[in-house]
Amino acid sequence: MEQKKHWQSFGELNNSEGYQQSAKDEFRENLPVWEDDKGLFDATTPRRDFLKYLGFSTAAAMVAASCEVPVKKIIPFANKPEDVIPGVANYYATTYLQDGEAVSVVAKVRDGRPIKLEGNELSPITKGGTSARVQSSVLDLYDTARLRFPTIDGKETTFENMDGAIANAMGSLGGAPVVILTSSVVSPSSKEVINQFIARHPGSRQVTYDAISYSGMLLANEATYGKKAIPSYRFDNAKVIVSLGADFLGTWLSPIEFAKQYSKNKKINEKAPAMSKHFHFESVASLTGSNADERYLHRPSETGAVAVALLNAINGQAVNLSDAALKEGIKNAAAALIANKGNALVVSGSNDVNVQIVVNAINEALQSGGKTIDWSSTYNTYQGVDTDFARLVEDMNAGSVGALLIIGPNPAYTWFDSSRFVAGMKKVKFAVSFSPKNDETTQLCKYVIPNHHFLESWGDAEPKTGYYSLLQPTIYPLFKTRQWQDSLLKWSGATTDYLGFLKTYWSAKAGGENGWNKALQDGVLNPVTEPAMLGAAFNSGAVSGALAAIAANKKGGKVEVVLYQKVSMGAGQTASNPWLQEMPDPITRATWDNYVMMSPAMARTLLNIDLNIAREADNYEVTPEKPVVKVTANGKSVTLPVLIIPGVHPDTIGIAVGYGRTKEIGKAAEGIGQNVFPFTNMSGTTLSYAVIDATVEKTGNTYPVALMQTHNVYDTPQGKRTEVMKELTLSAFKKDPEEIINDREKELAPFGGLKDYEKEGTIYPYFDKPGIHWGMSVDLNSCTGCGACVIACHAENNVPVVGKPEVLRFHDMHWLRIDRYYSGNPDNPKVVFQPLMCQQCDNAPCENVCPVGATNHSSEGLNQMAYNRCIGTRYCANNCPYKVRRFNWADYTGSDSFPDNQKGIVNDVVLMMNDGLSRMVLNPDVTVRARGVMEKCTFCVQRLQDGKLKAKKESRPLITGEDNKWDVKTACQQACPTDAIVFGNVNDSHSAITITRQENKLRLFKSLEQLHVLPNVNYLAKVRNVEEEAIEKAEG
Amino acid sequence: MIPHRMIIRTVVAGIFVVFLFAFGGNLKAQDGKSLFSQNCASCHAIDKKLVGPALMGVEDRWPNKKHLYEWIRNNQAFLKTGDPYANKLYNEYNKTAMNLFPQLTDAEIGAILKYISDYKPATPQAAGGTATQPAADSDNTLLFGILTLILAVIAFTLMQVNSNLKKLTDNKEGIESPEPVPFWKNRTYIAFVTILLFLVGGYLTTKGAIGLGRNINYEPKQPIFYSHKVHAGINQINCLYCHSGALDSKYSNVPSVNVCMNCHMAINEYKGEKLYTADGDEVNGTEEIKKLYEYANFTPGQPWDASKAKPIEWTKIHMLPAHVYFNHSQHTRVGKVQCQICHGEINKMDEVKQVSELSMGWCINCHRTTQVQFKDNGFYSIYEKYHQDLKDGKLDSTKGVTVEMIGGTECQKCHY
Repeated sequence: MEQKKHWQSFGELNNSEGYQQSAKDEFRENLPVWEDDKGLFDATTPRRDFLKYLGFSTAAAMVAASCEVPVKKIIPFANKPEDVIPGVANYYATTYLQDGEAVSVVAKVRDGRPIKLEGNELSPITKGGTSARVQSSVLDLYDTARLRFPTIDGKETTFENMDGAIANAMGSLGGAPVVILTSSVVSPSSKEVINQFIARHPGSRQVTYDAISYSGMLLANEATYGKKAIPSYRFDNAKVIVSLGADFLGTWLSPIEFAKQYSKNKKINEKAPAMSKHFHFESVASLTGSNADERYLHRPSETGAVAVALLNAINGQAVNLSDAALKEGIKNAAAALIANKGNALVVSGSNDVNVQIVVNAINEALQSGGKTIDWSSTYNTYQGVDTDFARLVEDMNAGSVGALLIIGPNPAYTWFDSSRFVAGMKKVKFAVSFSPKNDETTQLCKYVIPNHHFLESWGDAEPKTGYYSLLQPTIYPLFKTRQWQDSLLKWSGATTDYLGFLKTYWSAKAGGENGWNKALQDGVLNPVTEPAMLGAAFNSGAVSGALAAIAANKKGGKVEVVLYQKVSMGAGQTASNPWLQEMPDPITRATWDNYVMMSPAMARTLLNIDLNIAREADNYEVTPEKPVVKVTANGKSVTLPVLIIPGVHPDTIGIAVGYGRTKEIGKAAEGIGQNVFPFTNMSGTTLSYAVIDATVEKTGNTYPVALMQTHNVYDTPQGKRTEVMKELTLSAFKKDPEEIINDREKELAPFGGLKDYEKEGTIYPYFDKPGIHWGMSVDLNSCTGCGACVIACHAENNVPVVGKPEVLRFHDMHWLRIDRYYSGNPDNPKVVFQPLMCQQCDNAPCENVCPVGATNHSSEGLNQMAYNRCIGTRYCANNCPYKVRRFNWADYTGSDSFPDNQKGIVNDVVLMMNDGLSRMVLNPDVTVRARGVMEKCTFCVQRLQDGKLKAKKESRPLITGEDNKWDVKTACQQACPTDAIVFGNVNDSHSAITITRQENKLRLFKSLEQLHVLPNVNYLAKVRNVEEEAIEKAEG
Repeated sequence: MIPHRMIIRTVVAGIFVVFLFAFGGNLKAQDGKSLFSQNCASCHAIDKKLVGPALMGVEDRWPNKKHLYEWIRNNQAFLKTGDPYANKLYNEYNKTAMNLFPQLTDAEIGAILKYISDYKPATPQAAGGTATQPAADSDNTLLFGILTLILAVIAFTLMQVNSNLKKLTDNKEGIESPEPVPFWKNRTYIAFVTILLFLVGGYLTTKGAIGLGRNINYEPKQPIFYSHKVHAGINQINCLYCHSGALDSKYSNVPSVNVCMNCHMAINEYKGEKLYTADGDEVNGTEEIKKLYEYANFTPGQPWDASKAKPIEWTKIHMLPAHVYFNHSQHTRVGKVQCQICHGEINKMDEVKQVSELSMGWCINCHRTTQVQFKDNGFYSIYEKYHQDLKDGKLDSTKGVTVEMIGGTECQKCHY
């Protein structure tokens, strides 16, 4: 079979002029000296400039030379703690907490500073997986915008004064109730703390409000199963998965856990190839939809109808949908589901009670209970019910709320009717905020007692019933902050602090002092035996009502809007994190903004941009300036730039929530994007994250969006960038398993074939590979494109943040990027993600062009980069076929001796990253690169050296994956929730990498192998579980 | 470089095993003193009461020698036998438990006791003796320089004389000679001097530029006159007792105040040889210990609250550029390299100075010649080819496998 065409942009698809131009050169910009088109030597005053530079450098050298060596101090401990050795990292198990989301992590603490988070492998939920947001949360600890002390009316105060003032204020409430407004509380001991407070202040109550609501599921489960809870989902047990808009690999419910489960059935055993089948129905391209085997598009207003159609199809009734493709999809999905009863799972991301009731009915018909849906343990992550909060807002406005203690949520930003909430706040006697940042809601509060960061806190969490995860501080609190539990305990007259409370609470349950210590060391407390999976009794009474309600749903208008969460941004809690802002969105590859995602079809009619015409594609794609539209819905409007993204329904647009934050929460959030939470609306009893009738108007303006999509295009006569991918279908793989290996053999036959290619395909001598030879394998079938590795790489390797203006100029610094490739139908294409880092070529083209030998090869197969030798010619990057080398165009890290290097060149966010506080996150084992040098992925060489040293100290060979024991894991490998990345010593026949390469011979390929660069990274081809005919049909 | 390499070889071959892993080996009478200072001196003195009793005459106080040995080895177990003297002693010292020394052999305890019984109270030593003598390594450069200069002047004079004589004879013979050119206008001379100046200047500039940031012989004044000679040399304290990180960490950490106080709770005066600074000023050791007490916030004779101690700000001597990764544990524990190889004879230095260049060339040269623990460390078992070559004699077994051969001179071993 001819490999199908993959494309990253429409320019590439149409082979437009602009694309060809951009693919010609490594660097898009001309050097500034050529701006007058005359060349360097014909410029107006070259002699004067020369003398100026000469004089300056001589003077600088003299100044530098005449300086005496600075006197440095060594200040040892006064009393060294026993378990701290300066220079050796300690690891403490703790828990990432963001509202209700809890992920067990292990914090790496170097010389008292947490600098990196890894997943805790003892957690049966995440099994050591992480996400981009978890990886980035260590930077939030050092956020310069954190509140540094408690305030009353914005003035600094002490905790004693604060406690006194609160006691007075409580005393003068006159019986008006106190309301504790929280996001979902997953901590059992904190719930106890809240109960104590409530007991002490009769009449007070707790209200739970989640910015992203799961009320629909909670209420539907209450109606059909009698339990207001969300059961565990077992994607690993499902052979057929149908998702109705649930982005379960990106943002839905428990994405790390689900990614781990999902990828289990994506690992292919070559001897008996089989994998799960995933149908996805959605309105706007999502991460999960992009990973699906088959994806179908519908309007948001049809969500209910699609669910009903699926139920009908499963029950053998007629499918009543007008869209033929969608109808076909429902039929296919239903057939697959029926064929796999008991091994099938249907999930829905809708927050509509009726839709969720229908989904429950579908799962009941498929006998999913106790098999793919497990009621033995339920999620505590999302407990909020929208009507509770709506009622609170009304109570506040009616003046019947005395005091409001706000722990977590930020309704002034996230509530759709925030003006009503703000009005209500004025009628509350007093409000206390425990937010660590001066966010939109905190700005309305008289008393502010900033909470610790989770890395400074004690605590516990129970993300799923029966599964506990503990928090312990990894650093002494940086500022005058206090855990909210301590405040509540104090105000309820308790004599112990929260730590004492926590210990008492746990030592009984964990088995005394020793049990507590052990649990703290492990970070998790799991059920002794895994509970048996449980179904639940289904009450079908509610189904007919739900069906009737869905049938009565309003028809959608001309344009509909989906308000989605980005993988990096969620509901916007992390908007001040520069790493996340600069992380390219997996789907759009855009950074630093939110925007309108629009289908190519709508762009044609609304914006007159037809991307199938090469010229128009160029006009749209080559410049970062994107057309701006005005979106109006529910009487509110925003103006945002448009990104044309295939895979969006033609009548729907998508906008990410979480942007348009107040500038007080941090420099990185300042002026970034627009808030679209006001577009959410109450539909019945629950919040709806879609607008079914909106208007979109052209404004005629443009706005630059920092897209990385087309940054790394590079074509040479020897190899096209798009040939780096290989993809095939499961049926084709079954029919001809040797297709890929035969193709490779055929291509390399003139140069000795696969076996002798390394020696025969070159005129260079062959080099021995004694000892260790590093290698990496990336399974494109497991990779979901979630971006955890990208942020892990940032944190591990001190990769600088460059800011939006620099990304616009192609100056992004990611050592590891995830390329997104489309194939097939340009309106609803298939998507493949490919993580691309330095391929550590054994015959690296970058090495032979370096004039100063700054990049050369190690005997262990590493393409080494000596920063201090680099003089910045950038020849290496020009010669790299993968475009993975990154050049420090400016002094992003503030590491040069001349502070003026940064003035007017980098923006405030980058300067903030160089603040003394932010720099605490830097890994002390990795050089901070200066301006003017090239850098790139090193395979985390600091970890390799450390792992080797560990083995040497124990006088044994290095172990990389033998019996799942690891001396060395790269940061990306460790962060990956789907174990897509395997790394190790290829000279060791027992290592995981050797075994992976042996077991996956047939899917294995190397990017641009024909160039004879001999990369040490290999990929395993993407396999899609679709029938050959289905693809041909879809491609028409 | 050659003498340097010889030092490396001699020292590596000679002494490394002894130093890293503490005490042991044969026992001689003089070991009583060092055993005493290693094990007992932190709590006991011979002639005065510290944390524990003065030990002078201890054997007379314990009639049963066997009991004394048992007591020393494991006092807690011996207490349980109900021995009245032992219990009295225990109560008298506020039930402060003595450390356990299960590792001491009878012979070793005997040596300690012998040292105690032989002990004579020190009489104040007569001053003077061996004062630090000035560096005697005669540097002949100056002499040669002066000689060269004199010879050059003589040669120059002779040349002038020669040319004058030639002129005279020419005049005599009536040969017309050109107008004499004064030597400062002589082009040959000018060219010669210019080239000479260029060479010398260039050499000095290059050498100066290379030396930028290198601090060989750097010997800053420290906040406390801490003599390594007294501690590591005379009193034989193991380097790792204070620099405990050297085995585990990239840093060989400078000890914290509480480590100093482990010994200096008891040792509050200096009674050894006179101490001198590098400039030749006499140093009062006891005063320096008092400086430590100030940092530690300790008054002799009173209980010490360690939490009130303040750290000492030492001046850093050995500085590597920020882009160099150096790991002490790699060298000490894996490479079994002696501290002295890089730091010089630190046990003979009062104030520490940097003796090595700490330049890249210096590192690389050592990596080129130093052998790894190829046969002893299991890590290297994966280098099957080298093992075979060693067996087959293809590799010179006296030269062995050097650090360079396993990639120890590659950029990314130290720069990342």
